[in-house]
Amino acid sequence: MSDSTNTETLSPEQVGPQPQTPLQEFWSYFSANTGAVIGLVFIVTMIIVALSANWLAPHSPIEQYRDALLMPPAWVEGGSWTYVLGTDDVGRDILSRLMHGARLSLFIGCLVVTLSLGMGILLGLVAGYFQGAVDTAIMRAVDIMLAMPSLLLAIAIVAILGPSLINASMAIAIVSLPHYVRLTRASTIAELSKDYVVSSRVAGASHLRLMFITILPNCLAPLIVQATLGFSNAILDMAALGFLGLGAQPPTPEWGSMLADALQFVQRAWWVVTFPGLVILLTVLAFNLMGDGLRDALDPKLKQ
Amino acid sequence: MFQFIFKKLMLVVPTFIGITLLTFTLIRLIPGDPIEVMAGERGVSPERHAQLRAELGLDQPLLIQYKDYVVNIFHGDLGKSLITKTPVMEEFASLFPATVELATCAALFAVLVGLPAGIIAAVKRGSIFDHSVMTFSLTGYSMPIFWWALLLMLVFSVNLGWTPVSGRLDVTYWIDEVTGFMLIDTLLSGEEGAFASALHHLVLPSIVLGTIPMAVIARMTRSSMLEVLSEDYIRTARSKGMAPLRVIVVHALRNALIPVITVIGLQVGILLSGAILTETIFAWPGIGKWLIESIARRDYPVVQGGIMMVATIIIVVNLIVDILYGVVNPRIRHNK
Repeated sequence: MSDSTNTETLSPEQVGPQPQTPLQEFWSYFSANTGAVIGLVFIVTMIIVALSANWLAPHSPIEQYRDALLMPPAWVEGGSWTYVLGTDDVGRDILSRLMHGARLSLFIGCLVVTLSLGMGILLGLVAGYFQGAVDTAIMRAVDIMLAMPSLLLAIAIVAILGPSLINASMAIAIVSLPHYVRLTRASTIAELSKDYVVSSRVAGASHLRLMFITILPNCLAPLIVQATLGFSNAILDMAALGFLGLGAQPPTPEWGSMLADALQFVQRAWWVVTFPGLVILLTVLAFNLMGDGLRDALDPKLKQ
Repeated sequence: MFQFIFKKLMLVVPTFIGITLLTFTLIRLIPGDPIEVMAGERGVSPERHAQLRAELGLDQPLLIQYKDYVVNIFHGDLGKSLITKTPVMEEFASLFPATVELATCAALFAVLVGLPAGIIAAVKRGSIFDHSVMTFSLTGYSMPIFWWALLLMLVFSVNLGWTPVSGRLDVTYWIDEVTGFMLIDTLLSGEEGAFASALHHLVLPSIVLGTIPMAVIARMTRSSMLEVLSEDYIRTARSKGMAPLRVIVVHALRNALIPVITVIGLQVGILLSGAILTETIFAWPGIGKWLIESIARRDYPVVQGGIMMVATIIIVVNLIVDILYGVVNPRIRHNK
């Protein structure tokens, strides 16, 4: 696919095109998907903004400017460049809140994905590797969780534990477990009968070594894709919980709860509602686009 | 066939037991003493405390409590609301039609828009239409529906004034509840304009709730159609000189629809959990809004019973979909 570009850069000593390293091959598949690259660029920008929110944000996310309540965005009549995206009902700068919210959302995404991926891999490996009664028990539990809508289960867990950011993250991590368990188990079973695993077992590798060093690295591709999609789910679910008042508590600048706070001003100030939602949509979209690209790049079988 | 159905039924039993265990444990996970928590800031006297403990059966050993809980479920008894004192089952039954009405309209919207969009996108693969369907469905799939609801409300209710902001019916109408389904009840009442009003109230919530399922159905239909369209028998049908429309509708669609049916069935869970958000925003008096309000009021028996009922409905629907899938596709039925 990169033949035409390669010919220009070939030095005279080279006789043929060099074989691509796995990373190069991955990138050539990934970059062929425009949407995925756009998603990646957006996410990288988001991470930079989130990390440097303290310096980039023009105002404090929780400072209330009492003389500037519900100011419209700068380009609208009555707006001012001091508050680029306007202010909310208690005079907090929306842009600054969104920037700090990015930090929160990405942090929650990381937390949820790490928790659920870790637990999911462990349970899936154990189920797939040992099979038998352990497998049945784990998979039954997973089926039960899949029978519940994830948001409802998360709401129930938060309702019981009490609304807070940490409880909400725990709840979302628990409800997203089943996918990781299923994926890990399926690929573990597929790998288990392959020759390299058998030979490693014959050579005397312990259970732990077989599970984590021999088998696991070969199961990672679908898990990476699922983890990317897990990010978008986590952000969406967290925003939904925040919107219902079950996630972050005020004055934390969380995107979902920003929307909930704005609810009563919908008619008077469109900007307090529009921007937080737009940011959620774009972030989730970016992760989904990137997930699609990763799937194409990591799993050539699914390519058309 | 009977063996197949029986097998599927047997698989539901452990799942159902699991659900009862889950709802049973959930309420016992409340940190601290459940009665103190339920009583909230008002506190509770020691006598009343003991009385409540006995009333709720909390003085029994856990195993007995669980047995009682399951026995009560099979008698249709999910406990009483702490606040209204009415049985949870009764409240559920009175609110459920509203949710079903909303979810049905949303599902109709999703299927009626998603299915044709997916088919046309696959047939006209690579066209502008295909690209826009894919873009729209990816956007729809990533949509925070509570925000989508607010946007639509802002445009169509506030700015254009085409649709009402909330509720199921204008307050000027008073309709006797017969079936609980507003569209049917307004027709039965024969009152002029009532049906139109009910329909008006349904439009926005249905679109909002149907957006994600629509996106999923469109994507699934497209990819499944693409797969089928590349099969040899389609080429044969085409080369025989069959009308293109006939090839698509009669030959391709039939086989392409099999995975789509499953996906449509799986949307029930999404519809019911989406209903929680949609109903809260549009003040739609259904199960979702009821659950959220009960959580806010710490009405734990309602939360417990409501979740139990919703989960059961989803299991039953998934079971029906599984069985239908076997009916449509004999390969599934005979495969293990």
